[in-house]
Amino acid sequence: MDSALALHRFHFAFTVTFHYIFPQLTMGLALLIVILKSTSLGTGNQLYNRSARFWGRIFAINFALGVVTGIPMEFQFGTNWSSFSKAAGGVIGQTLAMEGVFSFFLESTFLGLFLFGETRLGPKAHWFSAFMVWAGSWLSGYLIIATDAWMQHPTGYQLGPNKEILLSSFWGLLLNPWVGWQYLHNMIGAVITASFVMAAIGSFYLLNGKHLEYAQTFLRVSVPVALVSSVLMIFPTGDGQGKNIARHQPVTLAAMEGLFYSQEGAPLAILGQPDMSKNRLDNPLEIPRMLSFLTYRHWAAEVRGLDAFPREDWPDNVPLLYYSYHIMAGLGTIFIAAMLAACWKLWKGHLYTSRGMLWLLMALGPFPYIANTAGWMTAELGRQPWLIYGLMRTQHGASSHVSAGNTLFTLIGFMGMYALLSVLFLFLFSKEIDQGPESAVQAAH
Amino acid sequence: METTWFCLVAMMIVMYVIFDGFDLGAGVIHCWVARTEFERRMVLKSIGPVWDGNEVWLLAAGGTLYFAFPALYASGFSGFYLPVMIVLWLLMARGISIEFRNHVEGPVWKPIWDTLFSVSSTLLAVFFGAALGNVVRGVSLDASGYFFEPLWTDFRLGKETGILDWYTVLVGLFALFTLTTHGAFWVALKTDKELQERSRTMACIAWWGVAALTVAVTLVTSRVQPHIPARLKEEPWGLIFPLLALVGLMAMRWYLHKREDLMGFLSSCLFILGMLTSTVFGIYPYVLPARTDPAFGLTLHNAAAPPYGLKVGLIWWSIGMILVIAYFVYIYRHFAGKVQLEEENGY
Ligand code: HDD
Ligand code: HEM
Ligand code: HEM
Repeated sequence: MDSALALHRFHFAFTVTFHYIFPQLTMGLALLIVILKSTSLGTGNQLYNRSARFWGRIFAINFALGVVTGIPMEFQFGTNWSSFSKAAGGVIGQTLAMEGVFSFFLESTFLGLFLFGETRLGPKAHWFSAFMVWAGSWLSGYLIIATDAWMQHPTGYQLGPNKEILLSSFWGLLLNPWVGWQYLHNMIGAVITASFVMAAIGSFYLLNGKHLEYAQTFLRVSVPVALVSSVLMIFPTGDGQGKNIARHQPVTLAAMEGLFYSQEGAPLAILGQPDMSKNRLDNPLEIPRMLSFLTYRHWAAEVRGLDAFPREDWPDNVPLLYYSYHIMAGLGTIFIAAMLAACWKLWKGHLYTSRGMLWLLMALGPFPYIANTAGWMTAELGRQPWLIYGLMRTQHGASSHVSAGNTLFTLIGFMGMYALLSVLFLFLFSKEIDQGPESAVQAAH
Repeated sequence: METTWFCLVAMMIVMYVIFDGFDLGAGVIHCWVARTEFERRMVLKSIGPVWDGNEVWLLAAGGTLYFAFPALYASGFSGFYLPVMIVLWLLMARGISIEFRNHVEGPVWKPIWDTLFSVSSTLLAVFFGAALGNVVRGVSLDASGYFFEPLWTDFRLGKETGILDWYTVLVGLFALFTLTTHGAFWVALKTDKELQERSRTMACIAWWGVAALTVAVTLVTSRVQPHIPARLKEEPWGLIFPLLALVGLMAMRWYLHKREDLMGFLSSCLFILGMLTSTVFGIYPYVLPARTDPAFGLTLHNAAAPPYGLKVGLIWWSIGMILVIAYFVYIYRHFAGKVQLEEENGY
């Protein structure tokens, strides 16, 4: 792999990973804000409305960063992946353009109303603007996931006389069979992030003995949501994703699971480090036959290992793919366990006083970000060595006219810029948390 | 079909320049016309609820360009790699300076963002102008339809051109003056008292720059890109576009004199519309002319996506645009009138 290609890949991976830190909270929080506003509208309890206002402030900071880091994404297909764009732009340009036309306009308009218009709009219309922000961000998620799904599993196209990729069915592109599970899995992942963050802030306030009423509201709303979404994350959506992979990208499945040799009754590896020269897992900790069961619902089914595929079709970073996948799935399991316990305590009425549980909830706050990032690394590394699965290799997609030196220059620029943005974000975020919900209420009046 | 999309993408770009143009312009004059904390908040509040939506025109135009003219998107954005990245950084800096300025009080925090806001808006105006200049001048496309331009070479229009040369810098300055006037009209329209007066004065001064550069750039362009005068000779009805610009330019002066900010702002929109449509008309059927061999130039025919995609695109695009117009009408009416600072400040 020549260095220009490596840099283009890293450039894209770095910027998109950084971007995705923000939309996951945006999309999840948009839903939680709708829940808060609906509860307030339904019960007339102003505490919920004031909580929504507080989270609206956090939302605004987060959204601003999502916007500024999203703008470069839209153009990087052209700048860094020009051969890919020329070949596939007629197809995936559709979904990207639709995202701009249908969802970004919607989001930005209603966010303006949501943030600046509460007094003028009145409670119903303000609820509606919150609802539309949620709808817009989830629509945006759909269209971008449809784009990614097409790269994972291209549909709705035909090859022209010179092997050019021609869109042949608009609905084939939009209703790609890959999209369903991927979209649900990803969006629920966003809800996990938001509900864990809300629970963490609630716990933080309780542990500090501050803003008690708000903190309890946050926990009351977020903990059940977190439990439901954690469960849905594994089943059915994570399972559905796994089935898609088994069917359409069997070599990826083998790499994700660290399965080097085909076997009947394949075990599920929990721990172990892939050794690529010896083709084995070091110190494996495995559950016998589990992989066969999970993939084919049959304990003795044969699962194909990496040896069943030519080496040039293997994902080019098997260990990283393996770790990403295991981190995601491992965290997913931990999330369920933790939230089960928290929900139980909430149900029993002693969550607010159980300091141990509150500490745990607070500590778990950042982990959904890790799980989501690891999940995307699984998807994107698993797609290798293909840029469009089965159609175009990654090495043929990069901008060959843009030299390694120029790519490195802009990569360093982005790194510097994003380091600053991170500091700013953390500063403003903690400031907002420190000021607490009461000050958000004052500022809005 | 290709021509339809050519016009639609051009229209989206015009919308972008008109809408985001005024908040860019407001950024350019921010530090000059708004002296007190109160005034600066007024300027920011006049664009606060709308700037993001305005910027979406850029994203939507980019996306539309991507699917309608993939070869142009691929070649243009990779060839203009460096300026595109710089523009992206500037857009980021500008976005956060608008959003974050009011989050912290105190004498250190705010001046940083005010300065950044002004500087990034100014540079963006220049860069957007220079980008337009590059497209008009043409680039060194090779037979495969790609090129790569360094930021500058020797600032001449020789064999190897860079992004910046005397011509594109001139167009960049032209854009700066145009958007300054445009933004000044907007701020005058949305504010009152001294801030409004200073903005009007600013528009008056910048107008002279616009007028002088309109003449200069028009003369120079007909030399730099002979295709444009040739087109006008071939199809004289196209003179209507520069004529629109001229009417806009004159009307701006008239309404400055009459102190009618709204009409002045609309005249400025007309001027921008006229200038951009003239350019688009002038380089048609090229979307990116070549300085090497005219045959290497990208035209709307060899850069367009196949017909099926363009056809379905037209359906959803039209539906989408109706919605967008509805949002814009609604939000601009909702926030119509002079900015009021006393009421809620948003979150
Ligand atoms: C909170 C985050 C989170 C958690 C707990 C999980 N995932 Fe996940 N996963 C994601 C967040 C995520 C993600 C970031 O949202 C991805 C990346 C692409 C996508 O659509 O979702 C993803 C992708 C992804 C893929 C790759 C899909 C592809 O290649 O397109 C598979 C096979 C799974 N997941 C399976 C699972 C399983 C079996 C889990 C349970 C143990 C699990 N995920 C928990
Ligand atoms: C949903 C829209 C997305 C699209 C269309 C997309 C597209 C791409 C493209 C074009 C590349 C470069 C080519 C390649 O290396 O194969 C890439 C690589 C990558 N992307 Fe994505 N991506 C998306 C989302 C994400 C997200 C949200 C993340 C992470 C949080 C991510 C992580 C990565 C990584 C880690 C790589 C590098 C893989 C490698 O080079 O080996 N992607 N993606
Ligand atoms: C590589 C692919 C991606 C591209 C090209 C992209 C593009 C963009 C752009 C241009 C914006 C700014 C919108 C505005 O100005 O209002 C944005 C924001 C956003 N993006 Fe992405 N994005 C990518 C990946 C993703 C992924 C994977 C998701 C999640 C499913 C996502 C969801 C969002 C959402 C919800 C927003 C709204 C603003 C925010 O979250 O803060 N994007 N994106």
